[in-house]
Amino acid sequence: MSLSNLIKNWSSLRVKRPYQDQYKNADYKWGMVIDLDSCTGCNACTTACYAENNLPVVGKESFSKGQAMHWLRIERYWGEGTELAQFPDHGAQFLPMMCQQCESAPCEVVCPVGATHHTPDGLNSQVYNRCIGSRYCSANCPYKVRYFNWWQYPERAWPNPLEKQLNPDVTVRSKGVMEKCTFCVQRLTAAKNQARTDGRRVADGEVTTACAQACPTSAITFGNMADSQSQVAKIWARQQVELASDKQDKKDEGLRGYRIFEELRTYPSVLYLERVRNSDA
Amino acid sequence: MIDRRDDSDIEIERRFVPKAKDINEDIAWAQINKDVLRSMERPRPMYWVIFAASLALFGFGVFCEVYQYQTGLGVADLNNPQVWGLYIATFIFWIGMSHSGTLLSAILHIMHADWRKPIYRFAEAMTTFSLMTAGLFVLVHLGRVWQFYYVVAYPNERWTWPNFNSPLVWDATAIGTYLTSSIVFLYFGMIPDLAICRDTATGFRRKFYWFLSLGWQGTDRQWANFRVAYLTIACFLIPLAVSVHSIVATDFAVSQQPGWHITSFPPYFVAGALYSGCAAIITLFIILRYVFRFEEYMTMPILDKTCRLTFAIAMVWTYLNLIEYASVWYGNDVYAKETLIYRATGLYAPYWWAMNFLGSVVPFMLAFKSMRNNLTIMMVVSLLLNMGMWLERFMIISPTFAHGYYPWTWTSGWWPSWVQWGIVLGSFGWFSMLFMLFCKIFPTVSMYEVKEMVYHRSEARKARNL
Repeated sequence: MSLSNLIKNWSSLRVKRPYQDQYKNADYKWGMVIDLDSCTGCNACTTACYAENNLPVVGKESFSKGQAMHWLRIERYWGEGTELAQFPDHGAQFLPMMCQQCESAPCEVVCPVGATHHTPDGLNSQVYNRCIGSRYCSANCPYKVRYFNWWQYPERAWPNPLEKQLNPDVTVRSKGVMEKCTFCVQRLTAAKNQARTDGRRVADGEVTTACAQACPTSAITFGNMADSQSQVAKIWARQQVELASDKQDKKDEGLRGYRIFEELRTYPSVLYLERVRNSDA
Repeated sequence: MIDRRDDSDIEIERRFVPKAKDINEDIAWAQINKDVLRSMERPRPMYWVIFAASLALFGFGVFCEVYQYQTGLGVADLNNPQVWGLYIATFIFWIGMSHSGTLLSAILHIMHADWRKPIYRFAEAMTTFSLMTAGLFVLVHLGRVWQFYYVVAYPNERWTWPNFNSPLVWDATAIGTYLTSSIVFLYFGMIPDLAICRDTATGFRRKFYWFLSLGWQGTDRQWANFRVAYLTIACFLIPLAVSVHSIVATDFAVSQQPGWHITSFPPYFVAGALYSGCAAIITLFIILRYVFRFEEYMTMPILDKTCRLTFAIAMVWTYLNLIEYASVWYGNDVYAKETLIYRATGLYAPYWWAMNFLGSVVPFMLAFKSMRNNLTIMMVVSLLLNMGMWLERFMIISPTFAHGYYPWTWTSGWWPSWVQWGIVLGSFGWFSMLFMLFCKIFPTVSMYEVKEMVYHRSEARKARNL
């Protein structure tokens, strides 16, 4: 690339994300919907995530220091001080929280070495080999869903022979690198490869994440948003939530879909459906 | 600066104000050489006490770092969301310390303020060494220190570049440039003095200074070139000094977090940097004056001027600090306002109030002449000011992590582990060890510039008396 080319095409070389119809002609844009009304807080998704992605169980001491490695965490909120805070509910509310795979991710711009970047299929990827562990991405993440390897976990979490149960498709991370939810990218890659071999696109329901697979109430829906006929794309459309918009123009007040911290213009790829409560109860 | 007050003022002053002793204008040049060179031979015993203490602290810091390197950053008790802790706070502190050397040596040089001449050399050394200390923190806080060079844009077969959008890359570049330039500036300004050392030293020292003085003869041609080059480097250094802390400020201002995403951060950081740097100069001034018997050169009027400069900068900092609070308070950013309230009332409230007290109220001690003339009080005050400035950096980092956007990650209590404290203390040891070594090996008072100063002053006096 010559210098004159760089100067002439400066604006086109700048990363501008997201924009309207960004994934219109793309094959894949992975997205998710989580229905909080269906979520019972059973933690099956978290367990599945630990098993699928070789997450270390850090132990009591590290956990109490806030060094847990749960890529997907179930957050509990209590309706304290409201009339909902009665026995037996206590206004309990669960929120499964994982990397929101933001389209304009605050973590991506600040990484000094480009270890986290956007893939063409709309994932926010993390390159362990490139990561030097400056933790700037975590500092700038509004959701705090990035987890750092504070210890050499392979030795601590999986003493012999436990390492035999590790998922061979997923890297075991060493100390000093950042990691986070990948939307089970190993499954996505395998499915895409299979589809490419067959000369087709990955069909809806053909591939799903470990959390969605494990959820007993089907609260989590995962799929390809570039395919307008997929389950996920249909729910997003029904909830009138635009991926590339930071202010949703909803025609129906009763729609439950929302994205967390939409006003920060991170453009998350995860849509939450509000829990419906009977406030008279 | 040549004294421009007219004689009647001087007469009045002489009668009513007991005048502190300034540099003796009749001091012989040979005496200046002798006094400064003596400081490199036999310092007061306190020198060895300070040196041993800093060596011990440094050793402890190295031990902590080795332990952390081997075990992982978990031993620092960092967590999610407190990912940076004291490391980055102390990093900013050391970057800040480095600014006043440039202020004294470059900015005041251009402004022809001649009172800086006996003290600028150690201030410039302070710049260099505190930058080196700050650089250590960049490395210490990395998860994989052994791959730090990924941040540098170096040619490699995979054509991978650092991410030029990231303020950390700007940081690495800016600090690297500033460190190189300030080393060049420090060394370059020392060449005529190194030649004096060469001419008096014997044995291996002679060889050492002979090598470093680059064949300085003191010819007219050399002096003329030296002047031009020195001024050029000084002019080059001033924008660098301003830019380097502005860029450190963008680490926070460019990010999205409440309490960091503040437009006024770059000037605020620069003011804070000059502030803590000036306070550190007062501390080191008092120590050096005692340890190396520099009472003749580091005189009370110079300390007085430094203190007044510090007071002015302290007020600028206070102003910018209050402006930051006001703009957050009256702004429409609920998250930033929450974080500000959390700072004042939450877990870190004692430190936050201490920082405001030490940073904005204590400097008023510098406004009184009787205080400025008392070395003990000034020593205590300057240390308190720097403690306030360290707390300021701590108060930028930790409360934002503890009370950021996401309520689920709000922490009720977080305290750094002994490893973190050990490394922070070790950095102070490393800095003072380097600084003390420098003072012993190199002339801390610029001999040739003091001679100039004495010459100009006696000329001015002669002109006045005529």
